[in-house]
Order: sequence, then structure tokens, then C-alpha cells
Amino acid sequence: MAIEAPGPIGQRIKRVEDPKFITGKGRYLDDIQLQGMVHLAILRSPYAHAKINSVDGSAAQEMPGVVAVVTGELMAQHNLAWMPTLSGDTQAVLATDKVRFQGQEVAAVIADDPYVAKDALERIEVDYEPLGVVVNPQTAAADGAPVIRDEKDDQTDNLIYHWESGDKEKTDAAFAGADVVVSLDTHYPRSHPSPLETCGCVADVDPATGQATIYMTSQAPHAIRTVFALVAGLPEENIRIISPDLGGGFGNKVPVYPGYVVATAASLLLGHPVKWIEDRTENLISTGFARDFHMHGEMALKRDGTMLGLRTSLLADEGAFHADAQPSKFKVGLFHIVTGSYDLPAAHVEADGYYTNKAPGGVAYRCSFRVTEASYLIERLVQNAAYELGMDPADIRKKNFIEKDQFPYESVTGFVYDSGDYHAAMDLALEKIDYAGLREEQKRERADGKLWGVGLASFTEVVGAGPHEDYDIIGIKMNDGAELRIHPTGKAILKISSITQGQGHETTFAQIVAEELGIQPEDIKVMHGDTDNTPYGLGTYASRSTPVSGAATAMVARRVGEKARKIAAHLLEVSEEDVEFNRPNYTVRGAPDRAVTIQDVAFAAYTNFPDGMEAGLEANYYYDPPNLTFPFGTYAVAVEVDPETGEWDVKRMVAVDDCGVRINPMIVEGQIHGGLTEGYGIAAMQQIAFDEDGNCIGSNFLDYLLPTAVETPRFELGETVTPSPHHPIGAKGVGESATVGSPAAYVNAVIDALQPLGVKNIDMPLTSANVWEAIQAAQAGS
Amino acid sequence: MAEHISLTVNGSPRELDVEPRRLLVQAIREDLGLTGTHVGCDTSQCGACTVHLDGKAVKSCTVLAVQADGSDVTTIEALAQDGQLHPIQNAFWEKHGLQCGFCTPGMIMAAADLLERDDDPSDAEIRHAIEGNFCRCTGYQNIVAAIREAAAVMREGTSAPTPVA
Repeated sequence: MAIEAPGPIGQRIKRVEDPKFITGKGRYLDDIQLQGMVHLAILRSPYAHAKINSVDGSAAQEMPGVVAVVTGELMAQHNLAWMPTLSGDTQAVLATDKVRFQGQEVAAVIADDPYVAKDALERIEVDYEPLGVVVNPQTAAADGAPVIRDEKDDQTDNLIYHWESGDKEKTDAAFAGADVVVSLDTHYPRSHPSPLETCGCVADVDPATGQATIYMTSQAPHAIRTVFALVAGLPEENIRIISPDLGGGFGNKVPVYPGYVVATAASLLLGHPVKWIEDRTENLISTGFARDFHMHGEMALKRDGTMLGLRTSLLADEGAFHADAQPSKFKVGLFHIVTGSYDLPAAHVEADGYYTNKAPGGVAYRCSFRVTEASYLIERLVQNAAYELGMDPADIRKKNFIEKDQFPYESVTGFVYDSGDYHAAMDLALEKIDYAGLREEQKRERADGKLWGVGLASFTEVVGAGPHEDYDIIGIKMNDGAELRIHPTGKAILKISSITQGQGHETTFAQIVAEELGIQPEDIKVMHGDTDNTPYGLGTYASRSTPVSGAATAMVARRVGEKARKIAAHLLEVSEEDVEFNRPNYTVRGAPDRAVTIQDVAFAAYTNFPDGMEAGLEANYYYDPPNLTFPFGTYAVAVEVDPETGEWDVKRMVAVDDCGVRINPMIVEGQIHGGLTEGYGIAAMQQIAFDEDGNCIGSNFLDYLLPTAVETPRFELGETVTPSPHHPIGAKGVGESATVGSPAAYVNAVIDALQPLGVKNIDMPLTSANVWEAIQAAQAGS
Repeated sequence: MAEHISLTVNGSPRELDVEPRRLLVQAIREDLGLTGTHVGCDTSQCGACTVHLDGKAVKSCTVLAVQADGSDVTTIEALAQDGQLHPIQNAFWEKHGLQCGFCTPGMIMAAADLLERDDDPSDAEIRHAIEGNFCRCTGYQNIVAAIREAAAVMREGTSAPTPVA
């Protein structure tokens, strides 16, 4: 197939989504108003752990404007006091026996006005009896720790799981034969994705027909529909989940939250549409957190810097209900990608997950299922190894990179990396930032007593879950569907199972179809987010959209293209074998002047098709990825640390990403900018902390700090392109690479700056206070 | 008890009866149906609710509706004039200054306030001016580029008007 002109893939097409957003015409969840709609507000626990003796809603019920008060007891009467989580655990919808974290849902008020609903919450009387509180996995594991999930018959302690990956014996042997072992203990702090729009729903159940239409801030509407069918026993054909415009997601909008369940049950019982929308504090204290891994890593090396083995052990703080949103088979997600970009001959991972009195919902915050923690650990360890061996941190990476000719590369923890050229990405990053020059500058600055550092991170990501053999969520295979219809005038509608939360699917997915069929991108309407009108699929998170849903789109277009070729042959009066696709035309082999367009073909599909052929030009495709995709890159950061205050200033930030083929480079770069900023936020300031009583410190944007335009560095981007060999268009996915890869680069830069003081670790976030304390401690110790 | 207030909203006189505690953002969104102004944090940190009150950018979640009595309110819905996008709107589109779009109306209103005061701000000045507006998607870089571009267009009148789609 000869394609001469550059196709729609690779073009910086302006987004078709934008006109409505820049004019204030986006339609987000809270913009939805339905006739007769009432408002739900949730009463939340002030205690992290307490027995509930009683809940009395009678005073609230009497307030004018209050429609109903919902308690756990009422939910229990409908068998809805508990719900299943995405990790196969259970979670309280409204507490009946105990509260297990501060902010847990205890009761709800439904009123005809949202102000009244909130007022009425204050009239609900709950008699709590405080219990001992567990705020970290170390305490959770200790003898005599209060058992948080004592309602579970088989649960006598706080351990949720023990999980291992890799080869322990081989790894022990590697360590036994090592010249040098370096180790690192660090906490990847609890963070929160904090999309600017909080979570919510409008549940509209018609008691007469049983039809439930639920508008929901969901990144995975199809999966939610199935979960609702299973939880509530509603017939799945009567459940329609509509995700309207989403104000960001970043993993926060994947799980099922109690508010969704209560609102839906209330709508069913009351016969009114019920709106529930969180305020920011509710979002921060109760919905899907991320990270919170206490990590120990050890690397075994030869004196010359050759890596021999990697050993990691984790304590995972899962909160009060195990509600991680990740493939069911993998208890700590894809953390076992921890060998990263390096040809490590042996590795072993073990992890223990514990219940604590903290909010549940370990979500993949702009990351593919714990790959962020893995990438951070190995990239920090590598730098410490370089220091230990007196090597340059760039050189030790290059010495151990998986080489270009080793792909596909099977890692010792069982991944098959599809493609890569790690040296090329690193070389470009070093060149762009003038690494050699920066090292010289560092020497001069250090001679002047300045704290100047350069940090690198050469990450390998793993996205696009996933192949059906290993990847499912509560049994549902992580595959995605696409449906493509070409109308008689040659205009198309593409329906996809994934959904945009800002990634620009309506633009880029049209480009994929345009590339395959020769229809102009502006003539392709992309529909998503409405389960009644799109094919099934597991949704948008973990950078799945392009690798899975994008592949389904390319494949459905090819399926339509097969029929188009037959019709073209009919119109051109040649055999199908003699038809070539020269975008935008179908031409006769050897006679390129004889051509028909896809528009001609589309019209013929309804007006002039061959005998024996069905009318129409449309198809479905469910894509089961043969493998995951493995985006990679090298990030380089230069910083100066103020020894007096601990503040650090990013002087340069260079990011070279290889995400395979770029469908729309403008959008790809936008994704990288966003990810680098969230990575910076995580490295520098974002932390959901708790005091010893389990009070959440970080329950609003005054205390949970997010980067503004002032702190956020300016980014310099570079790219290499190593296509995925198994993806139909060679794309790998990019939405999360920068959040995964960049925290280690920022932290490594600060640690590098502090080398004259001998600082080896500072736990994130690297607030000026934390950095200052590390400087003080190092100076006191020296 | 409801208070009666009179406002000029996007050029039109509006009369409302509001509780004294009602926030201006709720009056705009719920009572006037102008949902382009968003609520992101409830605590004046995020700026998604930014509108112009008597020509100045304010966070409408921090203004009581009764405080706006007699004032002139402009929201994102009125920024495009005569069917043409405002140069800032157009620049956000051109420079990929938005992703999910939730912060965008507030960001654009903050930018409009800046360019009213300063027709040629530096990048640092732009970043300072939008410090009160969070964006979780874009990393700000393209927003800064968009505002810089819009400033140039507004100074020089260089670009052809773009119709509202």
C-alpha cells in the first residue's frame, strides 16, 4: 500500500473539543438540572475509628425542605449498606457498625435545596465511641493493633495480602556475589489526584419503568454499569451511565463511591432525580487516594557498575477498605516493572498490604497501576549506586540499559518490553540540557559554596492493560470496543468505549480513522461516555486509551476498509486485488487516474453495491491487546537549593519522551506538560498527611498544596520515536509517562545538589521545610 | 429571609431574591443559569469561579450575591462579542491552552483582567497574574503562551477574527 502524502496521523490539528469549553458551554456534571431534581448531602465521620452506638435523623427529617434522611440501617434494609470494591473487598456505603476513617459516609440527607441538605446534616445526631487508631502500615502490623475490619469473619489482623514476584533464590545468589550493595528506604507519600471538578452524579430512576439513567463523573462508565447491575440487582439493560464532560480525572473518577450508590437508591425510592456533588474537602478526604507505599529497595552491583540484582519490599497503606482500582491479578498493580530500563538478571519483589484508618481507593493517579512508585524507587537507587561507586549517574544508566537489539526484552519479573532505544532518548536529553556543561557549572558553583544539582530519570512505563489472559477487573477483561459507521455522504460516526477527560479523544481518534480511510478528520464525529450508545470497554485510565481503544479504532476502520475496497472494485469494475488505497482515493493498480473516493464508496454502499453484498458501511471491533506497550524516556533537571531556607529552584527541565508514533504531537506535548507538572507537585508539595488520631491534614487546597503557574517550571521537550511493533499504528500512550518519570528526576536533582553534605535521601514531598531539615541534620552529623 | 438585589449581568439588568448567605457563584450558576462559571474548591484557591465584578476579576465563590447588588457582572458567556471569539479565547484554542476545560473560563477571565491592566506582560507577569487559578491538566505552559499570543494580537490587531463555532 503506497502512501505518499503525509496522513492525518502526526498532524497538529486544533482540538474539536475546544470551542464549547472556551465559551463556557461545556456541560459538566454539576451543570445538569432535571425536572424535580433534589439534592443529596452526606454526613461524614469526624473520627478515624469509632463504634457507632446510634444514628438519629429525626430532627433533620423535620426540617422544612428535607425530603428524606438516609442511614446505614435504611440502606441495610435494602441490602445496600455494603458494596463490593474493584479489588474484591467490601466497602461500607453508609456505616452501620463502625466508622473506619475520618470522612467516612455515615448518613445522608436529601432536600429540595443543596443549602438545606447541608444544614440538615448538622441536625443528625450520631453517638460515636472512639476506638484506637491506626495511621500507618507499621502500626497496623504490630501485635495488639486494633483490628479495623473486625466485621469480616476471616479477618483477625490488619493484613490484606502478601504478594511476591520474581525469583527470590536467584536474587539472593546475586546479592551474595555482589561487590557492592546499595539500599534506600523511602516513603512515597499519599497523594490525591484532585481533578479540578470533584466527583458526583445525578441519578434519575423512573420507578414505573425501572429505567435508571445516571449521569456520573466516571472514567469507566461501562464497568460502572456492570458493577451497578451486580450490586443493586438492576437489569443491566435498564441502566444507562452517561459521563458528561469531565473536569479532569487522573484516576480519581475510576472507583465506585458510596455517594453514587446512595443517590441511585434514593432516586429509586423517592421517584425524583437526585444530585450528589462533592465539595472539595469531601473529595480530598474520602475519594481515591494514590501511592502511600513505604518502600525498601536494595541493588547489588559489581564494582564496575554492572547491575546484578534488585530486591524490594513494600508496606502498602491501603486505607480502611481495599479498593485499589487495578487488574485483579496483581495485588500491587504493575509494581514489578521495578527493574525499569535496566538489564537486571535477577529481581525479587515482596509486598504486604495493610488496612489502616485512612480513606480507601488506591487509584492509578495519572499512572499505570503503581508503575510510578516502581519507577521512582529504581531511579533513586540507581543514583545512589552511582554515588557509591564514584560513577556519573548518566554513565551507570547507560552501562546497564537494555540495549536496542535486545527488544522484545523479557524482564525477570515477567514483562515482555515491546520496543525501546533507551540510549537515544538519554543522549538527546543530555545534549539538550548540555549535561557536560552543567557538570562543569556545578563544579564552579560548588566551589563558590552553592548547592547545585543535576538529576536524571530514565523511566520505562508499562501501559495499555491489557491482554485478556492476565488483565481483568473483577473478571471483566480489559479489552475495548469501537464502532464505526460511514453515512451515505461519506461522513462518519465513531463510537468508542474510552472517554476523554481532557485528552482530546474527539480529535485524535478522528485522526486515526482519517488515516485509515481517507475521510477528513472534521467529517468524523467521535462519541463516547454514554453506555447506551457506545460499545463496551473498560474506560480511560492507566494510559489505556491510545493503546487499547485507539487500536480498536484503527482495527474497526480497517474492517470497514475491507468492505470499502470491495465496493471500490465494484465501482471501478476491476477485481478487488487490483484496488489500491492511495489516501484519499481508491485507485486501480497501474492506472492511478482511475480513482474513486471514500465518499463515492460510502454513497455506493447504500445506493449501488454489488449483488450479494449487504447494504451499509459499518463495523464493530473489540481489541484484545497482544501485549502491553512500554513508553520510555529520559528526564533531566537542574536545580539550585538555597541552604538557608531549603527552597529549591528548577533552573532547567528537559523531558525526552518516546511514546511511539504521535497521533497529534500538539496534544502529546500538552499531555507531557501536564504530567511533568503533576510530577513536580508530587515531588515538591502534594501530600495527604494524617495526625496520630487519623485527622486528615490536607483536606482543602490551603493545606493540600498544588503547583500554580508561579512554581511550575518551564519545560523543554524532546522526542524520539520507537513504534510499538504490536500496536496497529505503532502508538504507545503518553498521558502518564511524565507523572511516572519526573518525580525521581526532580528529587535526584535536589539530592545531587546536597551531595557535598552527604544527604542520601529526603522523603517526598520536598517542601522547603523538609529540605532544610535534611540540610540541618547533615550539617549536625558532619 | 431573601434579599432583593439588582445586577447587570453580561449587559442585561437582572433582579434576584437571594438568601444573604448565597454565594455569587451560585446566583450566577443556579439562579441565572450561566454554568460556564465553575466551582472547583469552595475556598478561593482554584479560581475556576473567576468572573468580572465591575470590571475586575473576582472569585465569585468568595463574594456574597448581596454584596454584588448594584454591580456589573461579566461571565465567560459574554466574552465573545458579535459572534466572534475574544482574542484570548482564540489564543487558548490555537495554543492548546486547555484540556478538560474546567479551569478554562476562570483562567480566561483572569487573563482578560490582566490584559486590561497590562497590554504587554512578560511571562513572569502572566504567571503571577494567574497564580490564583489552578489548572490540573496543562502544566500552564501553553496557557502562558496563549495569553502572550492574545496580548500581541490585542496590541497589534494582527489576527483575523474567529467566529464562535
